[in-house]
Amino acid sequence: MTNTPKAEILISKGGFWFPEAISTQAHQVDQIFHFILWASIILFLILTVVVGYFLYKYKRTPENTYAKKHVTHNNVLEITWTVIPLVLVLFIFYWGYSGYLKMTIPPANASEIRVTGRKWMWQFDYPNGNKSIGELVVPVHTPIRLVMSSEDVLHSFFVPNFRVKRDLVPNRYTRIWFEAKRTGNFQIFCAEFCGDGHSDMMGVVRVVTASEYQKWLKESGAAASEGVPLDQLGEKLYTSKGCNACHSTDGSAKVGPSWKGIYGATHTLASGQTVKVDDNYIRESMVDPKAKVTAGFQPVMPPFAGLLNDREIAGLIEYIKKLK
Amino acid sequence: MSESAPVKDNYLNSPKGIWSWIYTLDHKRIGIMYLAAISVAFILGGIFALLLRLEHLNPGPLLFTAKQYNQLFTLHGAIMVFLFIVPSIPASLGNFILPMQLGAKDVAFPRLNLTSYYIYLIGAIFCIYSMIAGAADTGWTFYTPYSSTTDTSVISMTLGAFILGFSSILTGINFLVTIHKMRAPGMSWFKMPLFIWALYATAIIQVLATPVLAITLLLLVLERTMNIGIFNPALGGDPVLFEHFFWFYSHPAVYIMILPAMGVISELITAFCKRDIFGYKLVAYSSIAIAIIAFLVWGHHLFVSGQSDAANSIFSLLTFLVGIPSGIKVFNWIATMYKGTIDFKTPFLYALSFLALFCIGGFTGIMLGALSFDVFAHDTYFVVAHFHYVMMGGVVMAFLGGLHYWWPKMFGKMYSEFWGRIACALIFIGFNMVFFTQFILGSKGMPRRYFNYLDQYQPLHAFSTYGSWVLGLGLLLVLIYLIDSLVDGKPAPANPWGALTLEWQTDSPPITENFTHTPEVHHGPYAFDKVKPS
Repeated sequence: MTNTPKAEILISKGGFWFPEAISTQAHQVDQIFHFILWASIILFLILTVVVGYFLYKYKRTPENTYAKKHVTHNNVLEITWTVIPLVLVLFIFYWGYSGYLKMTIPPANASEIRVTGRKWMWQFDYPNGNKSIGELVVPVHTPIRLVMSSEDVLHSFFVPNFRVKRDLVPNRYTRIWFEAKRTGNFQIFCAEFCGDGHSDMMGVVRVVTASEYQKWLKESGAAASEGVPLDQLGEKLYTSKGCNACHSTDGSAKVGPSWKGIYGATHTLASGQTVKVDDNYIRESMVDPKAKVTAGFQPVMPPFAGLLNDREIAGLIEYIKKLK
Repeated sequence: MSESAPVKDNYLNSPKGIWSWIYTLDHKRIGIMYLAAISVAFILGGIFALLLRLEHLNPGPLLFTAKQYNQLFTLHGAIMVFLFIVPSIPASLGNFILPMQLGAKDVAFPRLNLTSYYIYLIGAIFCIYSMIAGAADTGWTFYTPYSSTTDTSVISMTLGAFILGFSSILTGINFLVTIHKMRAPGMSWFKMPLFIWALYATAIIQVLATPVLAITLLLLVLERTMNIGIFNPALGGDPVLFEHFFWFYSHPAVYIMILPAMGVISELITAFCKRDIFGYKLVAYSSIAIAIIAFLVWGHHLFVSGQSDAANSIFSLLTFLVGIPSGIKVFNWIATMYKGTIDFKTPFLYALSFLALFCIGGFTGIMLGALSFDVFAHDTYFVVAHFHYVMMGGVVMAFLGGLHYWWPKMFGKMYSEFWGRIACALIFIGFNMVFFTQFILGSKGMPRRYFNYLDQYQPLHAFSTYGSWVLGLGLLLVLIYLIDSLVDGKPAPANPWGALTLEWQTDSPPITENFTHTPEVHHGPYAFDKVKPS
């Protein structure tokens, strides 16, 4: 297993306007957009030509000092430019509405994955009890239904390549579904403002073949970390558990303190006490982050108790030790 | 200037002294005081915008931390919406022009008018206090439960907006009564200038929608101070309820902003084409239609919030309907140019800019009204670009057009036509550089309110930032030559544009009570055919 993969580029693939369309529903979003776009361009050009002609023809000159004619109404014209746009927008409404229903109502055979949003990470729970953070692993050519909720504030799950987005609301479940057309790694954004780490609350959808998916379900979790040296396991977890959203490894302060050179240092806490950063302190800061908060930082980290096993905690500590 | 002509008494110089301004009941002076206040707000909000764009020149931190960035975009939004754009045209230009266009001496309740100005100042003080005391970082939308739990000064900012709401309501009531009761003899409803119709429609929304915002913000304050669970799920509240309440005001508020702008455009196009408006009644009725439908479309801000699919479809349908009267207005304005005598003065250039940018804002609004596309584009830069095309490309262009148009009337001085045209061109080019780029950013997936962004977006972000400098330069030019005109401008004649509405029939600047004789109205406001061709 490797680190959480980098998502495919959004900007240069998929035409001038959109990222590449990866889900089965994406093309119809692109189609309705392009229809309205071209209708708008045509109308805009017509209006520009008409206005341009009027501006040229009727500009104020010594010969044209007063309006030659005051046309104040023309029923045929006014009805035309009311009715044609009305018909057009009603058509667009129906198109957008029917497309929306297709995007929103999952097929009956969709498999379900639970999504939990919290400041500032995505957690995914699979039917067999697997968990992943920051990385959603799904099989290709399979409808996937996501049942989503938030543990703190509003978040919004957004995968541009799939053209899907839905808010995560505390105390409430929202759902979306998608079916990926090919394998690859696709960007997840949080689209609803959620605080200091909002723009770092990213993730990746890793679309794999059905057999790879089954293999991943079996091998990930605790068993997969066996045999990996502890510091390498920690390095892997740094991204796969989403630590990187708030902690840098290069010394720059993000939402939380950087891990570079932190091991063995003495930290001043918000309470004014000092504490030496050792194995016990790091462990406590993972499972109960609010217990001792370093001065200058907000007590915003979610507790990782239950999300990391003992070997993974040890791995992260070893990784932090290495970051001199 | 020759010193021979003695300066006549006008509302600016008589009575004299600072107290005569502080206690003034003259709608014109109150309008000027509003103009000064909203200009300060616009400059402040504009500086914040330039800083936000500068931060995005490159990914990663440049000037600010994430928290400071979040506070800045909140301040930019809140100041621009509550302190600038909502009061902009009605309270400054409207206050000055509305009674004069009606042929009245003042608004119906001059004391209420001054009260609403001071309420505005108190609200502004709360907002500025919030800036100093740990500025709110919620976005101007104050979405719960983030706003219920963040440790920044949400309360002073929401109280500021709450207080500003009362200023807006009082101005609305004042205008409604003035329009009903104070029209000059002979001015029937359908002989009113279209600017008045637009302000009338605006006032209806101000009076009916603003209380809902007040209630919502007060509930949020109660939740934060007394832990009464209304919106915060941790206290048993419902955050989606807040979104409904908030947009029940804030969507109609968009029309509080754009309707007066449309009114200004009707004035500019008729005056600089010297032609009667095409489809007067349709333009007037479409203002009222917009005001009514505006109350029924708030749910289109909640398409991805978890709102039911049935509600989404109804709000989508109604959203499309509100586009129709706006489209009708555009067609009518263009038809008004037909066989006119078009004078390319600065205000008319702003009207043309408005037409182009408002069309783009409208077309992208149709795109966003389509449910399936909105799911994709919601909360991306596409939406940011769309509303800036309507709010800045629409409202600010109309405001600047109106400001140039009525500047000679307000101050009795002509601005520099040469610099006016250059600034208008810079603003138009800079605006499109900033915001057209953001359509592409958004459709490529870039979410809004992001302090940091993926490296791949850098070239587009940088281009948008370069545009902000052009835009800023254009606006700075406007500020400079307008202030210069107060000192060095040529004296303005009573009617420099040859327009027919009543405000042009009195001196520039007007005398304190506007008219020496109450004018009588015999024909429509744009009846250029009744005027002898010179």
